[in-house]
Amino acid sequence: MKFADFVTTKAIKSELESSDKEGVIRELVLSLVSSGQLAADEQESIVEAILKREELGSTGIGRGIAVPHTKHASVSKPVGTVGVSSQGVDFQSLDGDPVQLFFMLISPPDQPNEHLRALENISKQLQDETFCRFMKQSKTSAEIQQILEEADDDQFVQQA
Amino acid sequence: MSEQFRSTSITVTNPQGLHLRPAHAFAGAAAKYKCSVELVKDDIRADGKSVLSLLTLGASQGVEITLEVNGEDADAALETLAALITSGFPTTVEPIE
Repeated sequence: MKFADFVTTKAIKSELESSDKEGVIRELVLSLVSSGQLAADEQESIVEAILKREELGSTGIGRGIAVPHTKHASVSKPVGTVGVSSQGVDFQSLDGDPVQLFFMLISPPDQPNEHLRALENISKQLQDETFCRFMKQSKTSAEIQQILEEADDDQFVQQA
Repeated sequence: MSEQFRSTSITVTNPQGLHLRPAHAFAGAAAKYKCSVELVKDDIRADGKSVLSLLTLGASQGVEITLEVNGEDADAALETLAALITSGFPTTVEPIE
Protein backbone atom coordinates (compact mmCIF):
# COMPACT_ATOMS: atom_id res chain seq x y z
CA MET A 1 0.00 0.00 0.00
CA LYS A 2 1.28 3.46 -0.87
CA PHE A 3 0.63 6.86 0.72
CA ALA A 4 -1.52 7.77 -2.29
CA ASP A 5 -3.86 4.90 -1.32
CA PHE A 6 -4.86 6.44 2.01
CA VAL A 7 -3.49 9.97 2.41
CA THR A 8 -6.00 12.68 1.58
CA THR A 9 -3.74 15.39 0.17
CA LYS A 10 -6.41 18.09 0.53
CA ALA A 11 -6.45 17.45 4.28
CA ILE A 12 -2.68 17.78 4.84
CA LYS A 13 -1.79 20.34 7.52
CA SER A 14 1.72 21.69 6.96
CA GLU A 15 1.58 23.82 10.09
CA LEU A 16 -0.67 22.52 12.83
CA GLU A 17 -2.10 25.27 15.00
CA SER A 18 -2.81 23.08 18.01
CA SER A 19 -0.25 22.72 20.76
CA ASP A 20 -1.71 19.74 22.65
CA LYS A 21 -2.60 16.14 21.89
CA GLU A 22 -6.38 16.45 21.76
CA GLY A 23 -6.12 19.65 19.73
CA VAL A 24 -3.96 18.01 17.07
CA ILE A 25 -6.34 15.04 16.82
CA ARG A 26 -9.35 17.36 16.49
CA GLU A 27 -7.58 19.52 13.92
CA LEU A 28 -6.66 16.57 11.69
CA VAL A 29 -10.12 14.94 11.94
CA LEU A 30 -11.75 18.29 11.12
CA SER A 31 -9.45 18.64 8.13
CA LEU A 32 -10.55 15.22 6.87
CA VAL A 33 -14.20 16.18 7.39
CA SER A 34 -13.69 19.48 5.54
CA SER A 35 -12.10 17.65 2.62
CA GLY A 36 -15.13 15.35 2.40
CA GLN A 37 -13.36 12.14 3.47
CA LEU A 38 -15.20 11.78 6.79
CA ALA A 39 -18.87 12.40 7.52
CA ALA A 40 -19.43 15.60 9.51
CA ASP A 41 -21.93 13.89 11.82
CA GLU A 42 -19.30 11.26 12.71
CA GLN A 43 -16.64 13.84 13.58
CA GLU A 44 -17.08 13.71 17.36
CA SER A 45 -17.40 9.94 17.41
CA ILE A 46 -14.14 9.57 15.45
CA VAL A 47 -12.28 12.05 17.69
CA GLU A 48 -13.51 10.17 20.76
CA ALA A 49 -12.43 6.82 19.30
CA ILE A 50 -8.93 8.11 18.52
CA LEU A 51 -8.60 9.62 22.02
CA LYS A 52 -9.79 6.34 23.53
CA ARG A 53 -7.15 4.48 21.53
CA GLU A 54 -4.49 6.87 22.87
CA GLU A 55 -5.56 5.97 26.41
CA LEU A 56 -4.51 2.37 25.72
CA GLY A 57 -1.00 3.62 24.99
CA SER A 58 0.35 6.57 23.08
CA THR A 59 0.74 6.17 19.33
CA GLY A 60 3.77 8.45 19.64
CA ILE A 61 6.31 5.84 18.56
CA GLY A 62 9.42 7.94 19.11
CA ARG A 63 11.73 10.07 16.96
CA GLY A 64 9.13 12.85 16.83
CA ILE A 65 6.55 10.68 15.08
CA ALA A 66 2.99 9.70 16.01
CA VAL A 67 0.37 7.64 14.20
CA PRO A 68 -2.95 8.46 15.92
CA HIS A 69 -5.50 5.99 14.58
CA THR A 70 -8.72 4.13 15.12
CA LYS A 71 -11.08 1.73 13.49
CA HIS A 72 -14.40 3.29 12.63
CA ALA A 73 -17.44 1.84 10.91
CA SER A 74 -18.16 5.08 9.01
CA VAL A 75 -15.28 4.49 6.58
CA SER A 76 -15.15 1.81 3.90
CA LYS A 77 -11.42 2.09 3.20
CA PRO A 78 -8.41 3.43 5.15
CA VAL A 79 -8.61 7.22 5.31
CA GLY A 80 -5.66 9.25 6.49
CA THR A 81 -3.72 12.45 6.36
CA VAL A 82 -0.53 14.09 7.55
CA GLY A 83 0.14 16.97 9.93
CA VAL A 84 3.37 18.75 10.80
CA SER A 85 4.05 20.84 13.88
CA SER A 86 7.30 22.78 13.67
CA GLN A 87 7.35 23.44 17.41
CA GLY A 88 6.37 19.87 18.38
CA VAL A 89 3.53 18.65 20.61
CA ASP A 90 3.67 16.63 23.83
CA PHE A 91 2.06 13.31 22.83
CA GLN A 92 3.26 11.18 25.78
CA SER A 93 5.51 9.40 23.29
CA LEU A 94 7.43 6.24 24.09
CA ASP A 95 10.69 8.21 24.17
CA GLY A 96 9.16 11.31 25.77
CA ASP A 97 10.14 13.58 22.87
CA PRO A 98 7.65 16.08 21.43
CA VAL A 99 6.02 15.00 18.18
CA GLN A 100 6.40 16.99 14.98
CA LEU A 101 5.12 14.52 12.43
CA PHE A 102 1.62 13.03 12.56
CA PHE A 103 0.15 10.33 10.36
CA MET A 104 -3.55 9.94 11.14
CA LEU A 105 -5.31 6.79 10.01
CA ILE A 106 -8.97 5.74 10.25
CA SER A 107 -9.64 2.18 9.06
CA PRO A 108 -12.76 0.07 8.59
CA PRO A 109 -13.16 -2.38 11.52
CA ASP A 110 -13.44 -5.40 9.25
CA GLN A 111 -10.17 -4.84 7.36
CA PRO A 112 -7.30 -5.40 9.83
CA ASN A 113 -4.92 -6.31 7.02
CA GLU A 114 -5.48 -3.01 5.23
CA HIS A 115 -4.66 -1.21 8.48
CA LEU A 116 -1.47 -3.29 8.78
CA ARG A 117 -0.48 -2.53 5.18
CA ALA A 118 -0.87 1.20 5.81
CA LEU A 119 1.16 1.00 9.05
CA GLU A 120 3.76 -1.08 7.23
CA ASN A 121 4.18 1.60 4.57
CA ILE A 122 4.30 4.47 7.05
CA SER A 123 6.88 2.74 9.24
CA LYS A 124 9.01 1.68 6.29
CA GLN A 125 9.32 5.27 5.08
CA LEU A 126 9.76 6.67 8.57
CA GLN A 127 12.80 4.48 9.11
CA ASP A 128 14.54 6.61 6.52
CA GLU A 129 16.09 9.65 8.18
CA THR A 130 16.08 11.73 5.01
CA PHE A 131 12.34 11.19 4.57
CA CYS A 132 11.71 12.21 8.20
CA ARG A 133 13.90 15.28 7.95
CA PHE A 134 12.29 16.46 4.70
CA MET A 135 8.83 15.93 6.16
CA LYS A 136 9.61 17.86 9.36
CA GLN A 137 11.21 20.71 7.40
CA SER A 138 8.39 21.04 4.89
CA LYS A 139 6.59 24.37 4.92
CA THR A 140 3.65 23.82 2.61
CA SER A 141 1.10 21.15 1.86
CA ALA A 142 2.45 20.98 -1.70
CA GLU A 143 5.93 20.17 -0.39
CA ILE A 144 4.56 17.36 1.80
CA GLN A 145 2.55 16.04 -1.13
CA GLN A 146 5.70 15.96 -3.26
CA ILE A 147 7.71 14.13 -0.57
CA LEU A 148 4.93 11.54 -0.21
CA GLU A 149 4.88 11.05 -3.99
CA GLU A 150 8.65 10.58 -4.01
CA ALA A 151 8.32 8.07 -1.16
CA ASP A 152 5.66 6.21 -3.16
CA ASP A 153 8.21 6.02 -5.99
CA ASP A 154 10.67 4.40 -3.54
CA GLN A 155 13.06 7.32 -3.71
CA PHE A 156 13.91 7.17 0.00
CA VAL A 157 13.88 3.60 1.21
CA GLN A 158 16.70 1.39 0.00
CA GLN A 159 15.28 -1.59 -1.82
CA ALA A 160 16.10 -4.99 -0.37
CA MET B 1 29.79 -12.09 26.28
CA SER B 2 29.04 -15.61 25.16
CA GLU B 3 27.26 -15.88 21.84
CA GLN B 4 24.21 -18.07 21.88
CA PHE B 5 22.14 -18.14 18.73
CA ARG B 6 18.63 -19.54 18.91
CA SER B 7 15.75 -19.33 16.46
CA THR B 8 12.23 -20.61 16.09
CA SER B 9 9.37 -20.26 13.63
CA ILE B 10 6.11 -18.84 14.93
CA THR B 11 2.73 -18.23 13.36
CA VAL B 12 1.04 -14.92 14.14
CA THR B 13 -2.23 -15.87 15.82
CA ASN B 14 -4.02 -12.67 16.80
CA PRO B 15 -6.66 -11.58 14.26
CA GLN B 16 -5.37 -8.02 13.98
CA GLY B 17 -1.80 -9.12 13.24
CA LEU B 18 1.31 -7.40 14.53
CA HIS B 19 -0.18 -3.91 14.71
CA LEU B 20 1.06 -1.06 16.87
CA ARG B 21 0.11 -2.30 20.34
CA PRO B 22 1.47 -5.84 19.91
CA ALA B 23 4.60 -4.34 18.35
CA HIS B 24 4.95 -2.07 21.37
CA ALA B 25 4.38 -4.96 23.77
CA PHE B 26 6.92 -7.10 21.93
CA ALA B 27 9.58 -4.37 21.74
CA GLY B 28 9.11 -3.63 25.44
CA ALA B 29 9.53 -7.30 26.37
CA ALA B 30 12.50 -7.72 24.01
CA ALA B 31 14.26 -4.68 25.47
CA LYS B 32 14.55 -6.48 28.81
CA TYR B 33 17.04 -8.93 27.32
CA LYS B 34 20.69 -8.32 26.55
CA CYS B 35 20.66 -10.54 23.47
CA SER B 36 19.84 -9.21 20.02
CA VAL B 37 16.25 -9.93 18.98
CA GLU B 38 15.15 -10.05 15.37
CA LEU B 39 11.96 -11.07 13.63
CA VAL B 40 12.20 -12.21 10.03
CA LYS B 41 9.34 -12.42 7.55
CA ASP B 42 10.32 -13.56 4.07
CA ASP B 43 13.24 -11.31 3.20
CA ILE B 44 12.34 -8.57 5.69
CA ARG B 45 14.36 -8.44 8.89
CA ALA B 46 13.14 -6.32 11.82
CA ASP B 47 14.84 -5.24 15.01
CA GLY B 48 12.68 -6.79 17.74
CA LYS B 49 13.48 -3.94 20.11
CA SER B 50 12.17 -1.22 17.75
CA VAL B 51 8.44 -0.61 17.34
CA LEU B 52 8.98 1.17 14.04
CA SER B 53 11.09 -1.66 12.70
CA LEU B 54 8.57 -4.32 13.80
CA LEU B 55 5.76 -2.51 12.00
CA THR B 56 7.63 -2.77 8.71
CA LEU B 57 6.95 -6.52 8.76
CA GLY B 58 3.22 -5.95 8.25
CA ALA B 59 2.75 -9.40 9.77
CA SER B 60 -0.92 -10.36 9.59
CA GLN B 61 -2.74 -13.30 11.16
CA GLY B 62 -1.56 -16.67 9.88
CA VAL B 63 1.81 -15.37 8.68
CA GLU B 64 4.85 -17.37 9.72
CA ILE B 65 7.74 -15.39 11.12
CA THR B 66 11.12 -16.44 12.46
CA LEU B 67 12.33 -15.24 15.83
CA GLU B 68 16.11 -15.02 16.06
CA VAL B 69 17.92 -14.22 19.29
CA ASN B 70 21.65 -14.02 19.83
CA GLY B 71 23.45 -13.36 23.10
CA GLU B 72 23.97 -14.59 26.62
CA ASP B 73 20.28 -14.69 27.65
CA ALA B 74 19.03 -16.06 24.32
CA ASP B 75 17.30 -19.10 25.81
CA ALA B 76 15.12 -17.09 28.18
CA ALA B 77 14.37 -14.48 25.52
CA LEU B 78 13.34 -17.10 22.97
CA GLU B 79 10.95 -18.75 25.40
CA THR B 80 9.29 -15.54 26.61
CA LEU B 81 9.08 -13.74 23.28
CA ALA B 82 7.85 -16.74 21.30
CA ALA B 83 5.13 -17.28 23.93
CA LEU B 84 4.08 -13.65 23.58
CA ILE B 85 3.43 -14.10 19.86
CA THR B 86 1.81 -17.53 20.07
CA SER B 87 -0.48 -16.36 22.89
CA GLY B 88 -1.80 -13.64 20.56
CA PHE B 89 -0.79 -10.72 22.78
CA PRO B 90 -3.66 -11.13 25.25
CA THR B 91 -3.14 -7.67 26.79
CA THR B 92 -3.72 -5.95 23.46
CA VAL B 93 -6.98 -7.59 22.42
CA GLU B 94 -9.41 -5.11 20.89
CA PRO B 95 -12.01 -3.85 23.32
CA ILE B 96 -15.54 -4.78 22.27
CA GLU B 97 -17.50 -1.64 21.42
